[in-house]
Amino acid sequence: MITLTHVYLIAGLFFLGCAVLNASDASNPRRVRTALFWGLLSLSMLAGDRLGDLANGCLVLALAGLAAAGLGQGQAGATPQEERAASAARYGDLLILPALIVPGVALAGTMVAKQTDWGARLIDPAHATIVSLALGALLAVIVLVVWLRPPVSAPLREGRRLLDAVGWAAILPQALACLGAVFLAGGVGDAVGALITQYVPLDTRTLAVAAYCIGMAFFTMLMGNAFAAFPVMTAAIGLPIVIGQHGGDVAAVCAIGMLAGFCGTLMTPMAANFNVVPANLLELPDRTQALNGVIRAQIPTALAVLAANIVLMRILAFPS
Amino acid sequence: MLVLLGVLVVVAGFVLRVNPLVVVAVAALVTGQAASWGPDATPETMAAAALATVAALGKSFNDNRYISGVWLVLAAIGLMERAGLQERARAVIGRVRAATVGRILIVYLGVRQLSSALGLTSLGGHAQMVRPLIAPMSEGAGEARLGKLSDAARYRIRAHAAAADNIGLFFGEDIFIAIASILLIKGFLEQNGIVVEPLALSLWAIPTAIAAFLIHAGRLWLLDRSLAGPAAETAP
Repeated sequence: MITLTHVYLIAGLFFLGCAVLNASDASNPRRVRTALFWGLLSLSMLAGDRLGDLANGCLVLALAGLAAAGLGQGQAGATPQEERAASAARYGDLLILPALIVPGVALAGTMVAKQTDWGARLIDPAHATIVSLALGALLAVIVLVVWLRPPVSAPLREGRRLLDAVGWAAILPQALACLGAVFLAGGVGDAVGALITQYVPLDTRTLAVAAYCIGMAFFTMLMGNAFAAFPVMTAAIGLPIVIGQHGGDVAAVCAIGMLAGFCGTLMTPMAANFNVVPANLLELPDRTQALNGVIRAQIPTALAVLAANIVLMRILAFPS
Repeated sequence: MLVLLGVLVVVAGFVLRVNPLVVVAVAALVTGQAASWGPDATPETMAAAALATVAALGKSFNDNRYISGVWLVLAAIGLMERAGLQERARAVIGRVRAATVGRILIVYLGVRQLSSALGLTSLGGHAQMVRPLIAPMSEGAGEARLGKLSDAARYRIRAHAAAADNIGLFFGEDIFIAIASILLIKGFLEQNGIVVEPLALSLWAIPTAIAAFLIHAGRLWLLDRSLAGPAAETAP
């Protein structure tokens, strides 16, 4: 059976390859730090279970330190624009097809592992989505290598180019999940929940749903990221009140609650990669202001979608 | 209430533009210290609490490794880019001969939502698509229709090009079952003893996706009218 262990093994080797390529890339001005960063992430993937909690914690602190010192991006490995345009002209619209392999296999693998006996023996049903996604990525790489015949090192070199473009932000979702866990253990959700339940009446379904959605958006604006807000607000209002007290459907409440948080992301300069980076890229004159043109363009949509989310959650999570 | 200090650290960190990974680490340590602070606290208990927080951080990081396993797809996406997928995707969008800023951005919003829903979130993006393609195409459409653009109109169009990318991504990606936010919800609920299927979560993202498309497409339609308004007045 293919399990998460295999995914961690392949991901660990991928990150290790990225580390080695960076270490040997003289065009990256910060190649040692960048190589160490991906090397440590590779260590976590390959040997995280054997390191112990404290060593893993030190690894997280080291990753943060390296990210703060600054990672670099090498120039080696990028194919010239003309070569890509020529390749695009040669293969035509067929090129769109391999792009469908990854989502296709992820979806099919998940369903097969959940619905059939032979699928459950092939793919660990407990982690079907991630395992299937990794299988899809591998299959897409194999198809592309057989079809286009690039150099053998191309998958790793191209993957590393994109990974370095993502940079330290690659582990931010994982790190924010950890912060959520620490906040949860420290009782931050309870404290926020106590504050809200003390000052906001939550005794009807509509009020509870509105408080949860608006709280998600507001907390996301403070934290700059719905991922950090979700565990706190859901532990404070979502689980105990909207789901526990009023009987809302778990999947609908959580899915729409996260989307209410995304409305907050659209309105805050703290979501730097979405709202500040494009203002810089597009050379907007007000890019250094807190509410730059991109955020101002988004606020009306964000507020309207937030209102829509409240209505949708009220209707869809309480079908009776 | 002392544990809310960790939240303050997050806010201060973002205001001061500290690296978010450092903010996360410091906020976790502060929260751990605040949670163990009390009348009986001694330097020894606080040091033990700091170590316990680091260990908790490490355990949680190890348990959540699957979130970063997603990056494996970069090898496949990178190969497709090498073969010219972006150029091809641009050609496909370029074939849509829409004559106005609003219509180009509505098409891009829809394409961005649909491709994100298929997990192809890296097909768009501000550096890859908006700056080289979507913003210039929108400005070009505005110039073709309205003549020379004022600086204010030009920057407004550019800001809307970036906004369409964000909104299309945010309200499309959650329909894909293996996106980080869906996995985060699943992980959080599992920590609380509730098992949900990623597919169930992603299905509930569809109504909001439709609402977001309708709302933002409506605003882009209004953008066309508002851009045409003042320009029509100054026309000879």
